[in-house]
Amino acid sequence: MTTTPTTTQTKTLLRFATAGSVDDGKSTLVGRLLHDAKAILADQLESVTRTSAERGFLGGAFDFALLTDGLRAEREQGITIDVAYRYFSTDRRSFILADCPGHVQYTRNMVTGATTADAVVVLIDARNGVTEQTRRHLTVVHRLGIRHVIVAINKIDLLDYDRNAFAAVEAEVESLTAEIGLDTAHLIPVSALAGDNIVEPSANTPWYHGPALLELLETLPSSEEDTADLEPFRLDVQTVIRPQGGLAPGLDPEKFRDYRAVAGQVTAGRVSVGDEIDVHPAGLRTTVVGIDTADGPLETAGVPLSVALRLADDIDTSRGSVLAAAGTLPVPRRIIRAEVFPFTAEGLRTGDRVLVKAGTATVKGIVTVESKRNLDTSEPEAAEVLAGNDIGIAEVKLSAELPLADYRTHGRSGGFLVIDPQTGGTLAAGIHTPAD
Amino acid sequence: MSIDQIDTRAPLSTLDALESEAIHIIREVVAEFEKPVLLFSGGKDSVTVLHLAAKAFWPAKVPFGLLHVDSGHNFDEILDFRDRTAQKYGIDLSVAKVQDYIDDGRLRERPDGTRNVLQTQPLIDAIAAGGYDAVFGGARRDEDKARAKERILSLRDEFGQWDPNNQRPELWNLYNGRHVPGEHVRVFPISNFTELDVWSYIARENIELPSLYYAHEREVFERDGMWWATGEFSAPREDETVVTKSVRYRTVGDMSCTGAVASEAADIDAVLAEVAVTTVTERGATRADDRISAAAMEDRKKDGYF
Repeated sequence: MTTTPTTTQTKTLLRFATAGSVDDGKSTLVGRLLHDAKAILADQLESVTRTSAERGFLGGAFDFALLTDGLRAEREQGITIDVAYRYFSTDRRSFILADCPGHVQYTRNMVTGATTADAVVVLIDARNGVTEQTRRHLTVVHRLGIRHVIVAINKIDLLDYDRNAFAAVEAEVESLTAEIGLDTAHLIPVSALAGDNIVEPSANTPWYHGPALLELLETLPSSEEDTADLEPFRLDVQTVIRPQGGLAPGLDPEKFRDYRAVAGQVTAGRVSVGDEIDVHPAGLRTTVVGIDTADGPLETAGVPLSVALRLADDIDTSRGSVLAAAGTLPVPRRIIRAEVFPFTAEGLRTGDRVLVKAGTATVKGIVTVESKRNLDTSEPEAAEVLAGNDIGIAEVKLSAELPLADYRTHGRSGGFLVIDPQTGGTLAAGIHTPAD
Repeated sequence: MSIDQIDTRAPLSTLDALESEAIHIIREVVAEFEKPVLLFSGGKDSVTVLHLAAKAFWPAKVPFGLLHVDSGHNFDEILDFRDRTAQKYGIDLSVAKVQDYIDDGRLRERPDGTRNVLQTQPLIDAIAAGGYDAVFGGARRDEDKARAKERILSLRDEFGQWDPNNQRPELWNLYNGRHVPGEHVRVFPISNFTELDVWSYIARENIELPSLYYAHEREVFERDGMWWATGEFSAPREDETVVTKSVRYRTVGDMSCTGAVASEAADIDAVLAEVAVTTVTERGATRADDRISAAAMEDRKKDGYF
């Protein structure tokens, strides 16, 4: 098989999100990144050039924002309403970019983009420094446990690339990250419009010694690279594969007569043949005797591989069951305490009857709101109602025990959806934070 | 690729990550919905989704059938391929025909002769008649600005409409497919594949495609920078000269709106090399229906299109 230099067969993948408003120059930043990474093809360039001229904004100059604002309403209003996904690659890596809206009423879409991201780039207008929106964005990315936070301080060209002006914004950002408890954020002075420190270090900022934005994104470890060998194994069972009666054509029925495997995506850590595992809710321990894929058996599989596991014992396992490395299954609980991010205008109230979807299990729940996080002080205040776009703490009583992981230490497997049982709509995101 | 060639502890490649994501989505939907179906055009994207579905449930067979909306303007090679593929996987194939709607007057032929937009009504009727609550499709987010905004699970009302301003948040790998009777959900497992990813995956997995995707000699004429096959549904005007040329298709669709590109790429490796250095998107290069306006796809999607 030939390998072209741009093949995605060997390159690793990084998912990242951008947050900030059009006023901060976010669409321009994204457009610039795509353009300079040569991810914009000729017909797209031509279409944007034509539309830029027709609309006459910026004196008809090429408007990078038009590359990313995909909906008619967005182009008409000059705002970003919903997350747009963009794809580009360099010689070192493939990227999936979730371009998130910055307007307050669309925070839910920012949460959508950020929950799948390995890294988030928060954009600040260097002239304005830290704003209420910056505070909200950094709080959300911190609470969601985003592994890599990058603060791009944009429009540095409008401050004449002045080192002291940058240092002032830098000090503001550092004081904010210290206040909300965010340990490490990368700060980069950029000009999306002029292209400074986007792909290559800029000669205009000789006082900045860190990497350009794209260089940083190329070298950050993805969540999987970070955690596959650190966290204990966990898999949420999606379905049980039993081919009896419906074997794929061409396979030998004799060979698969008694075949049974539990299918799912490795949620955390790594599993190997011979490993002992605990099974919830059966409460039993067994051994993994096979890791199957359609390409053949594997000796070991790490997050986020989709596999089918064969187990030594005939234990009751079905959709919603959880497999975990022996001795590491979180304590199954009927009452969970969680940080919640309500999305709808109705918000979330004490007494609300909801559905909770965690991993592959969906159970009933009753909400008790405990407190609301004051974004100005980052402190919780007692509350019984949370409005859309608030961040708060709630207790949820569940109709069945769930072994939720602690989101602070085990990421994705501690996250859940709060669903309206009547309309089916998603009311809120929740992250299990027993110790907070 | 045989297993002993894979270092399972090496960082996961982009293709492995995308494959695992797609398999997870397909398994979620099959587990949570009553009656899924795959919209199958014989094009490379729906072929890729079918291949992923087969891998998701191996050694069981694919637990849902195929649905094809036949515009009546399809290439014979595609229809043959479609029928052979359903047989190969041992699954059902339903076909909704635009021609039936034209014959009994429910739809009228458009003055320009294209039938692309005419597919929407037969599609929505077939979904209702089949009782399908989840409809898999091969759409990708890199295809178009409107598709870049669509969720992996996309709720449709009983008119098949998409509401882009009010989409459900999609968090972590948790998909919420709940809906009320009459609504259904469109599911796009390869949302995050790019065109190059799809071709790389087809090469790696050795997936069979219709021969139209590879360079072949064909009688064609040039119009709007594309090469059109001479045929019943796309005839040259008087001032257009028919030539025999080596061409291939980057997308396959209705013959009246799908053009070919001049190409010598006769096998998968050559196509992969060509796609890797291309300077024009596949829809811009070969789909007249998407050249109409910046919002052409958004308008069709809101209306219930694929």
